[in-house]
Amino acid sequence: MLEKALSGDRKYWSWLFALCGVIFIGFLFWMYQYRNGLEVTGMSRDVAWGFYIAQFTFLVGVAASAVMVVLPYYLHNYKAFGKITILGEFLAISAVLMCMLFIFVDMGQPFRIMNVFLYPSPRSMMFWDTVALGGYLVLNVLISRVSLAAERKGVAPAKWIKPIIILSIPWAISIHTVTAFLYSGLAARPFWMTAVLAPRFLASAFASGPSLLILLSLIIRKVSKYDVGKEPIQKLAIIVTYAMTINVFFILMEIFTAAYSNIPEHLAHFTYLYFGLDGKTALVPWMWVSAILAVLTLILLINPKTRHNEKILVWACAAVFVSIWIDKGMGMVVTGFVPSPLGKVFEYFPTITEIGIALGIYAIGFLLVTVFYKIALSVRKSIA
Amino acid sequence: MDRRDFIKYCGIATVGLAVGKAGRILAADKLLEESPLTASRWAMVFDLRKCLHKDGCTKCIDACHTVHNVPKIDIPGDEVKWIWKEPFDHAFEEQQNEHLPEELLHAPSLVLCNHCDNPPCVRVCPTQATWKRASDGIVMMDWHRCIGCRYCIVGCPYGSRSFNWHDPRKYLTTIQPDFPTRTKGVVEKCTFCSERLDRGLLPACVVDCPEKALTFGDLQDVHSEVRELLASNFTIRRKPSLGTQPQVYYIV
Repeated sequence: MLEKALSGDRKYWSWLFALCGVIFIGFLFWMYQYRNGLEVTGMSRDVAWGFYIAQFTFLVGVAASAVMVVLPYYLHNYKAFGKITILGEFLAISAVLMCMLFIFVDMGQPFRIMNVFLYPSPRSMMFWDTVALGGYLVLNVLISRVSLAAERKGVAPAKWIKPIIILSIPWAISIHTVTAFLYSGLAARPFWMTAVLAPRFLASAFASGPSLLILLSLIIRKVSKYDVGKEPIQKLAIIVTYAMTINVFFILMEIFTAAYSNIPEHLAHFTYLYFGLDGKTALVPWMWVSAILAVLTLILLINPKTRHNEKILVWACAAVFVSIWIDKGMGMVVTGFVPSPLGKVFEYFPTITEIGIALGIYAIGFLLVTVFYKIALSVRKSIA
Repeated sequence: MDRRDFIKYCGIATVGLAVGKAGRILAADKLLEESPLTASRWAMVFDLRKCLHKDGCTKCIDACHTVHNVPKIDIPGDEVKWIWKEPFDHAFEEQQNEHLPEELLHAPSLVLCNHCDNPPCVRVCPTQATWKRASDGIVMMDWHRCIGCRYCIVGCPYGSRSFNWHDPRKYLTTIQPDFPTRTKGVVEKCTFCSERLDRGLLPACVVDCPEKALTFGDLQDVHSEVRELLASNFTIRRKPSLGTQPQVYYIV
């Protein structure tokens, strides 16, 4: 089936080559990091996790969000998602692989990573996150492969795949829940130690992931003849609307609890995030952009007139994606460390190396999405 | 080389290995001549009042960092520290009473790994590269197993763990041959001098303190010096409300 990815027009190949260029540059940056160690990053003894782990967290959300098309399609037999479900599954596979790469590049001793399996430690949430992500990858590869192969032959997928698809639904929820548990179980970090973290992660995931899926579907409609149709896009838009509303609601809950209880160690993080602390304000402009975008998207999405207009919907989806990316991919992780448990306000700025490596990994993700979508669309076209 | 030679060389190599091994075993026995210090629960009591007498003294820190090959890195945020001085109001954030004596408020308080009874770093480690030793409660580390994920640093409420952002060997002027150096990309911290205890020696910081401000002993032994100090002084610990049960006590 992979051979389907090898025939494409000029635009397809130039896009792939461009991505390969970015991947190559990212790889060079990684070689530099591997040689010199993590000293080439902006992380420190105070801010021990940075851009990589934040991207990992954000992308786990994108991966989990596939459940928002899988669940209606398979559990509720919602036929309109027939054309988009495979896109969601392939997006999930690419996102999980990016997650794994982000973990890998964050390790101080990356080639010892197998120690996680050699010395399994069930008391560590990181162990469970590895299990959850690995399992999710296997499930999605299996499901998309079996259903696409069956489609190609023009037969119904084998019966045994159905329970596996059903299993993938709670599994998707689990990957983001366990990822939240990485943070929310730490007494050392009051900013993360909140029961609403996992629900908030899921809400933001179900807003950002389907937004990306809408954008991808619209891009596919432009560059190929494959049109998922108007109905699934509108349905996804409603999912994005609800999820984004719940996400903003959860953020407000967090702010209320911290502000009204007025416990310094909880409040200090939010003060840093939105107003700055000790004159350190690196994240403040970003967080306000995120907040303003969140409000704007809610206006555009809740109002049916603007939501039904695909031209406006595109912008709303892009804004949802950016807003949540700032919140999760920049603010959430770093702010857990500012101030530090010793009350220090030490700011973190990613270095060019970190950004270069991150762009390289995102390029790998885009490359995978492109190739997977190419295969899926070719199979669909040949049977049409 | 024919088969006969091959077998001969194998034989010689085996004998050689055996002699080497025997030598090492004998050497190890020699080390054990001084009987190791043992306890059911090691703990430390730090007398802040005594420490304040010696303004600017860093003897304990120097002793520790020298015997353990701890690199001296001056880049802010990248330091590796096993034991260091932190202003009182940072070390004890929850003890911020207003109008404390000025000298106490900014008193340089020694901080190190608390060797918690309930260590969060051990709980979060995905490879069991750090663990609480069952025999005496010391929180140990395996620098060969650590993958450098830094989850333990994230989980520690005391900032007691350091990550080797740099290659530490580049920052060592002298190397103690009887203690391992570390590689870049692993976490390290105070070990309560487990290697010195094995040789019958007290921790380096305790020995080198000119004011005898540090006391080390067995918490389970009612007659130990640490128990006597705890029974006769008011002591505090860092962030006791988190339930980690730190085993470093402070007399203020």
